[in-house]
Amino acid sequence: MNSSSQPAGLVVERTGPLALVEDGGRFGVRHLGVTQGGALDWVSLGWANWLLGNAPDAAGIEIAIGGLALKAEATTRLALAGADLGAELDGQPLAPGASFMIEAGQRLTFGQPVAGLRAYLAVPGGIDAEPFMGSLSSVMREQLGGLDGQGRALGVGDRIGWRGATPEARELPVSLSLPDEETTLELVAGAQIAHFDGASLFAAFNQPWRVDSRADRMGVRLTGPVLRCGLGGMISEGIPLGAVQVPPDGQPILLLNDRQTVGGYPRLGALTPLACTRLAQCMPGSAIRLQAVTPWQASKANRRQLDRWR
Amino acid sequence: MSDSPRPRFETVAMDALMVRLFDAISEAHMPWILAADAALRQHFGDALIDLVPSYTTLLVHYDVVRLDHAAARELAREALDGLEPASSGAGREHVIPVWYDDSVGPELPRIAERLGVEPEEIVRRHCARDYCAFALGFAPGYAFMGLVEEALATPRLKTPRQKVPAGSVGIAERQTAIYPMRSPGGWNILGRTAVKLFDRQREEISLFRPGDRVRFEAIGREAFIEQGGDPTPMEERG
Repeated sequence: MNSSSQPAGLVVERTGPLALVEDGGRFGVRHLGVTQGGALDWVSLGWANWLLGNAPDAAGIEIAIGGLALKAEATTRLALAGADLGAELDGQPLAPGASFMIEAGQRLTFGQPVAGLRAYLAVPGGIDAEPFMGSLSSVMREQLGGLDGQGRALGVGDRIGWRGATPEARELPVSLSLPDEETTLELVAGAQIAHFDGASLFAAFNQPWRVDSRADRMGVRLTGPVLRCGLGGMISEGIPLGAVQVPPDGQPILLLNDRQTVGGYPRLGALTPLACTRLAQCMPGSAIRLQAVTPWQASKANRRQLDRWR
Repeated sequence: MSDSPRPRFETVAMDALMVRLFDAISEAHMPWILAADAALRQHFGDALIDLVPSYTTLLVHYDVVRLDHAAARELAREALDGLEPASSGAGREHVIPVWYDDSVGPELPRIAERLGVEPEEIVRRHCARDYCAFALGFAPGYAFMGLVEEALATPRLKTPRQKVPAGSVGIAERQTAIYPMRSPGGWNILGRTAVKLFDRQREEISLFRPGDRVRFEAIGREAFIEQGGDPTPMEERG
């Protein structure tokens, strides 16, 4: 029971590997060394929010791998999208891509990954907490954002409040898919790509890559053919989302939302923001293919996604 | 002042382009980088999502809903047409008091030994110059500054420390920096400051911005503690 003066919320009863408050990210502050943060799979967060009539970038919970258990202190409607992590409402299975009512006292629990890696839980109106530098996104490395502003992962006893009234149910207008056996990731070629040798470039776009276990919100390593770059030392420069950087061992690192803001390894270009969302759902060991696209193709696909939420 | 740069525009992502002005690190480049920063901000206006200046470049992250790739390039080109360097007063100046001591700066005696001088001489030389904040990165409020005089240049530690205390002042090659928060790090640590580099209670959360000028000033242990510094020796913290 909610006996204190705090408003009712979802109380964390058990944690899994990692659950974080994330929204669309933190912008306009990267020149101060503050990273972007935000939901790795912003499309799934967007759909979870859409199901409740929220703005697509409203703050929700990013649940990696599963394990989380929440108890509701009040009745409301929640929505899930992204990975299928074996979610259950008082033991009844919940499929991702739908909203559902949760009664006061009921438990929402997550098990293990069935498909994909990261599930997104949206709450009415978005999570109610004090934004830092314009965002609620938690960046653990920077100790910024989240419920208490310190960037911490959700812990037992945390209370997640919401801002809005209980919305009407909505049905998804599309069917959402999760990465298959082999995932193709679109890459806008550029940056230092001209300094890689021809055989390396051929291999990069024609051979399969594998997602390494060294993967987190900063970046994901791929293993596969060794890529050779003629460029020696580089002066550090700003790093965009999805940057495909190649350190001297020739194995690429795909840089994601919590990346450092500047870096000095040569890059093939950057994954599109949509490709980053698919990468965020790939388990270690998954097969990946890189496909070059033009900035125009990429922004057209990006706009199509944003238009679905209008 | 360096010669007028010829900007190059490179595609780096769906929604980002790199403006490249120079090919080498020099403090003389910063007035140009600052001028380019101001011009790009003004020209892109609301279509700018983030602008990250660094030693020789500016990363322009723009809103693809408002601007397509070609329009963004054209806008960047226009912004930098007829660019003039920023005046010398464009970056702000900071004086950072530092307690230089073996206990909080384990590499201070090592660098002194290598050069065959007293540690006081290393301190004097580290404090003798104004440094330029070339870029912020690695952590919020962490400024890559330089250049320290050639003789003080020291390679990064072979094995980075797991925990470098907040306020630690270090050197790597010809750059110097202050750790805003406790974090892993491989720089050679000379001392510690009580100044908060990233303070959410302050209106300007990050003390430093790219292009700022920084001078270090040696203080004693008592003054350091009086300023709120934590004198816990480095090794105890691992």
